[in-house]
Amino acid sequence: MSVHDKTVAELSAGLAAGEYSSEELTRAFLQRIQGPGNELNAFVTLTEERALEAARAADRRRAASQAGPLTGVPMAHKDIFCTRDVRTSCGSRMLDNFISPYDAHVVEQLNAAGMVSLGKTNMDEFAMGSSNETSYYGPVKNPWDTQAVPGGSSGGSAAAVAARLVPASTGTDTGGSIRQPAALCGITGLKPTYGRVSRYGMIAFASSLDQAGPMARTAEDCALLLEAMAGFDQRDSTCVDQPVPRYSDALNQDLAGVKIGLPKEYFGEGLDAEVARVVDAAIEEYRKLGAEFREISLQNTALAVPAYYVIAPAECSSNLSRFDGVRFGYRCENPQDLEDLYKRSRGEGFGAEVKRRILVGTYALSAGYFDAYYLKAQKVRRLIRDDFLAAFNEVDLILGPTSPTVAFNLGERADDPVSMYLSDVYTIAVNLAGLPGISHPAGFAHGRPVGVQLIGTHFDEARLLNAAHRYQQVTDWHTRAPEAFA
Amino acid sequence: MSLSNKEVENIAHLARLGVDAQDLDSYASNLSRILEFVEALGAVDTSDVEPLAHPIDMAQRLRPDAVTESDQRELFQRVAPSVEGGLYLVPRVIE
Repeated sequence: MSVHDKTVAELSAGLAAGEYSSEELTRAFLQRIQGPGNELNAFVTLTEERALEAARAADRRRAASQAGPLTGVPMAHKDIFCTRDVRTSCGSRMLDNFISPYDAHVVEQLNAAGMVSLGKTNMDEFAMGSSNETSYYGPVKNPWDTQAVPGGSSGGSAAAVAARLVPASTGTDTGGSIRQPAALCGITGLKPTYGRVSRYGMIAFASSLDQAGPMARTAEDCALLLEAMAGFDQRDSTCVDQPVPRYSDALNQDLAGVKIGLPKEYFGEGLDAEVARVVDAAIEEYRKLGAEFREISLQNTALAVPAYYVIAPAECSSNLSRFDGVRFGYRCENPQDLEDLYKRSRGEGFGAEVKRRILVGTYALSAGYFDAYYLKAQKVRRLIRDDFLAAFNEVDLILGPTSPTVAFNLGERADDPVSMYLSDVYTIAVNLAGLPGISHPAGFAHGRPVGVQLIGTHFDEARLLNAAHRYQQVTDWHTRAPEAFA
Repeated sequence: MSLSNKEVENIAHLARLGVDAQDLDSYASNLSRILEFVEALGAVDTSDVEPLAHPIDMAQRLRPDAVTESDQRELFQRVAPSVEGGLYLVPRVIE
């Protein structure tokens, strides 16, 4: 078994046993990225020298018996996380020249754990997209079929893990941006509870929805990564001051008697029949593990995507007002006056989808429309959250498909924003409610990977990881590699 | 809900966002389609519902009013498009 086939947990064990050094691992993965991985366009920036330095530091730390479980394990960061002295582009021309002067909290935490970052992964511009096609650096290709999108917005992170270019990566999820690409690329991705992981240094899209999380091949790896990523940080005023559980210690709990709800709205119109068959087979596996299923209703499900496409653009139009061509980022040539500087720097620096969302958000927040759009959407948001809270009085977990279809082809939905938005129909409500959700591989439909989503109540990441891990103990979908990248 | 090109121009001005004249048609039609889509919200009775701004019920954290950050002007201005003497330069605003 080559090192690129190993999980984070396996690499951690191999490093501890002295089977290889972090420097050897780092070189091996860098070769994967530059060799077979190159055609995927999964990386925006490779930081080879820094990675080798960090690997040697990790090896010294191990020699001094100060290594933790993640010390020396290679990974990659979504290019939305600020990395000191390294370009942080957020997939945008606006930040193509931006060398971050500081590290995001997540980056600090994983550096402190001794992980070795190999570079920054491609993404939809400012995380706005579900296919990675809005990136200034061009689309990422799905390693299972290079005609297909990898999903988005964390598409580079998902493709890199699926193609065995890195064992793990970071992602962010505002409406499904960890879970949907994880599903479409056949890997495991966890969106934690809102506030579990600090947003400090994570470039803001929609601040009441954004949350960072791990992407890897297994739930066990996600548990190890979340333990290191989570933690209180006072620089994010919504980061929750709660102890971080040892997720990796709770993975093997028995699922006997765990009650799982199946929302009937997640199995209706719009769900691909072959995807539905794969989800049914996963339900059967969970049943064999002792879980009990019952049908539930999340009756406002159909309103989640409309509510999101008011709230997220409104928050984005406010957050992205900071990009003004004055303090950092892109500035247009020869501005005539200050207004021209603002308008052309923003007009030339942002791509079409980002502009659409700024315009929608500006409209929704403008005088005379605020109540009808933004306030209305926030009221519907409460209804959606309350549906979940009521469901969690009856069940421990909720299960359904992560996305209604498998990966679609590049270009297929690029001209129709609304059909693109609907690929997040099962993930978006989870962000509106601030709940944790995990997507794990569950099989294939139309020759492409299918993900199953488990949703838990607030701060119940441990139960999600436990359930997904038990499923992965009795199935092998998460071990499948795309043929070209095996 | 259908937006005219003129309305799109006005919104773009509010957002200080340059939009090319040749793209106005496509923005107007895409934005109209998005607004039509979100009109589904209007069908729900929310007269007794409080808006939810934040998914977790929590109060804003307070901290002592103490200096926690040091001056890093030079570091932060290194990424600015145009600075001089510690100031950000923009086109002249007042003649």
